[in-house]
Amino acid sequence: MIHLRHVLTVIALAASAESALAADLNPQLNAIRNISREGGGNEAAAAAVRTLSSSSAGDLPKILAAFEDASPLAVNYLRNVVEAVADRHATDGTIPAEELETFITTKSNDPRARRLAFEVLSRVDSTAADRLIPGMLLDPSPEFRRDAVQRLISEARSLGDDAGKKAIEVYRRALSGATDTDLVKEISKALKDRGEDVDLVSHFGFLTDWRIVGPFDNHDFIGFDTAYSPEEKLDFAAKLTAKEGEVAWGEVTTSDEFGIIDIAKSIAPHKGAVMYLAASYESAGPRHVEFRFGTPNAWKLWVNGKFLFGRDEYHRGMAIDQYRVPTELQTGKNVILLKLCQNEQTDDWAQRYQIQIRVCDPSGVAVLPVKPKAAATSDAGSPKQQVKRLTARTEGASR
Amino acid sequence: MIALKMNSVRQLILLSAVVLSATGVTGADWLQFRGNDVSGVSLASEIPATWSATENIAWKIDLPGRGLSGPIVIGDRVVVTASSGFRQDRLHVLSFDRASGDKVWERQFWATGRTMTHAKMCVATPTPASDGTRIFAFFSSNDVVCLDLDGNLQWLRGLTHDFPNASNSLGMASSPIVIGDTLIVQVENDAESFATGLDTSNGKSRWKKVRPKKANWSSPTSFQNGDAEPLALLQSSAGIEAVDSHSGETVWKFGDGASTIPSSVVTGDSLLVPSNGLTALRLGVQLADDVKSPEVLWNDNRLAPGTASPIVVNGKVFVINRAGVLQAADVNTGSVLWKLRLKGPFSATPVAAGNHLIFFNEEGGAQVVDISGAEGAIVGENSVGETILCTPAIADNEMFVRSDGHLWKIAK
Repeated sequence: MIHLRHVLTVIALAASAESALAADLNPQLNAIRNISREGGGNEAAAAAVRTLSSSSAGDLPKILAAFEDASPLAVNYLRNVVEAVADRHATDGTIPAEELETFITTKSNDPRARRLAFEVLSRVDSTAADRLIPGMLLDPSPEFRRDAVQRLISEARSLGDDAGKKAIEVYRRALSGATDTDLVKEISKALKDRGEDVDLVSHFGFLTDWRIVGPFDNHDFIGFDTAYSPEEKLDFAAKLTAKEGEVAWGEVTTSDEFGIIDIAKSIAPHKGAVMYLAASYESAGPRHVEFRFGTPNAWKLWVNGKFLFGRDEYHRGMAIDQYRVPTELQTGKNVILLKLCQNEQTDDWAQRYQIQIRVCDPSGVAVLPVKPKAAATSDAGSPKQQVKRLTARTEGASR
Repeated sequence: MIALKMNSVRQLILLSAVVLSATGVTGADWLQFRGNDVSGVSLASEIPATWSATENIAWKIDLPGRGLSGPIVIGDRVVVTASSGFRQDRLHVLSFDRASGDKVWERQFWATGRTMTHAKMCVATPTPASDGTRIFAFFSSNDVVCLDLDGNLQWLRGLTHDFPNASNSLGMASSPIVIGDTLIVQVENDAESFATGLDTSNGKSRWKKVRPKKANWSSPTSFQNGDAEPLALLQSSAGIEAVDSHSGETVWKFGDGASTIPSSVVTGDSLLVPSNGLTALRLGVQLADDVKSPEVLWNDNRLAPGTASPIVVNGKVFVINRAGVLQAADVNTGSVLWKLRLKGPFSATPVAAGNHLIFFNEEGGAQVVDISGAEGAIVGENSVGETILCTPAIADNEMFVRSDGHLWKIAK
């Protein structure tokens, strides 16, 4: 009897401790959210993790809510707390399934927090995926969207080759939510095999029409840190002094379905060179976007005259979304300036001089300009023409 | 008084490191890439020369993601990292019961740095490290996560989050090591290249050094000379830079270049560097004030390792070249003693258990070579049937190896 009373006392104390913690998680959550660069606040965050890890399962929605606007590092601390709490309560029946589902289906909540909530819910509810994933096709969370797309691909496959229009309709729906390259390629092939056209340039939001000028000097890598005249002033009518004499702005466009602008092939296989590319992008309103691009060359990016990022790396591979540069677009015209550098390596594998660049939201969904094609210039000619106007020197080299 | 106390604690930790270094792997643990003393050798261990699905495989378990990182062993736990997701941006740290293979815990994180890698690599390429009480998991995204042995987060760093141009589009592979109370991490690439010594208690940088701007996948090693502060030996295309592990102060440099893939190995008072083939440096002497580089003992350009790092056992250095030829050479002179062709190609660094060297090739074939005689002899050929790129771990008479999909314990 005494033993039982002790047990009850311990349970009551434990419940009381959880209750006290639940009363105000904010100091601990703030300690985590306040971590800064280079390990700043790590000790306080770790102490907060220790305290929060003893939270009740009922606190999970509040901990998940703290993901909102938290830094990527703070999110990882918070994730650890959620995992620890979920581990402790996985089998005691206290995981708040209903609240978690509400959190998941509230699409304004942080995408990663919603995904983590789904993972916790799925531990105690094996039907959650079948119930929730089909509605995630256009979700802000890339992981949810991927799951939904994969279900539709499976559905289309299961219809068989004779399904015709029905399969096309399912594949089209799948494509509407797909942003991962592997899935987009699979869907695109399935549609093309069925005689359908697929516009991947628009699907991904690749920018295909550019003004271009160069080459400027990049021997011994000097070009990356040298501010040539386009960095000082963008004057498309000006004659510029470059590596091999005077040059003028020309135009380049690509019809590659993945938006690759291949300078080496369509202009000239310049080595030890810097080319500048410029484009305008009409935005319907102010909005947060990401410029995502792939290139095996060194680069710098400016939008509306503001330097965003640069990377001094050559020939370490190229892939869609290799780099992600977040920025804010302004209403109306936005001017994009890109500096693309080629080194002097002679190896066969070091000859690529190309880039593909797109504009999308943080989840990877294309953000298209107001005009269907972001014209490089107002006097742009045929979009199918590879190189429409370049300097005489460059034109000669391209023949 | 406080300073004295802190210094005493540090000395105690350093002494532990020295003891480990002097005696080699204790047999019970395998705490980092190539083991506790970064040698890859466990002389007291005896691993079966042959195994199959029905023989000498204690357990085989599924892993949730890819990984080139080797397992580490801490007491009764085996810890492995993995990465998953279309973008390889989900980072996993998993702890398994060493006896049963049962998963004890798993923690996941989202990558905060870039996750693009060469198709052969993945984000979980560097092998984690441990000081015996904490786990330090490092990923190609340059995320560093410190957990206690129960999976409780101690601290984390996002080194690309802090230094946004620190990345490599082919992936990062250098495995960190623990020296005393400092975690040595090389984040070396074509753009923002550095090495740093992180305080193991809170993840803050004790030091950060600018390093050559060139992609580098080699891993650091350590050397202890008498009572001096242990040195972290940082390899790069420029050569070797020896730094005080606690302060980061450069002690000496070897500037004759080195490979950016296979890593150096310390044996006694020598360092064998994959440089112009293989170059032996004398470490165990105090350099005069006007001498900035250690003496070169010997060099042999025929002993160039491929991807796998050299390993030293009983006075011989063993090097596997790009053609899959194993060469044994006298560690004091560099004289080649014998050669043996193996079935490659190899990414995994071999490990030694007793008189056996164990080589996993990329197809998952394991060749066990007896090195006790005048010539090497293959005494066992096995296959796990999956791609193996990691360096295995040995603890007591057990070996642990992982693929992208599985973790095996090989033991009688």
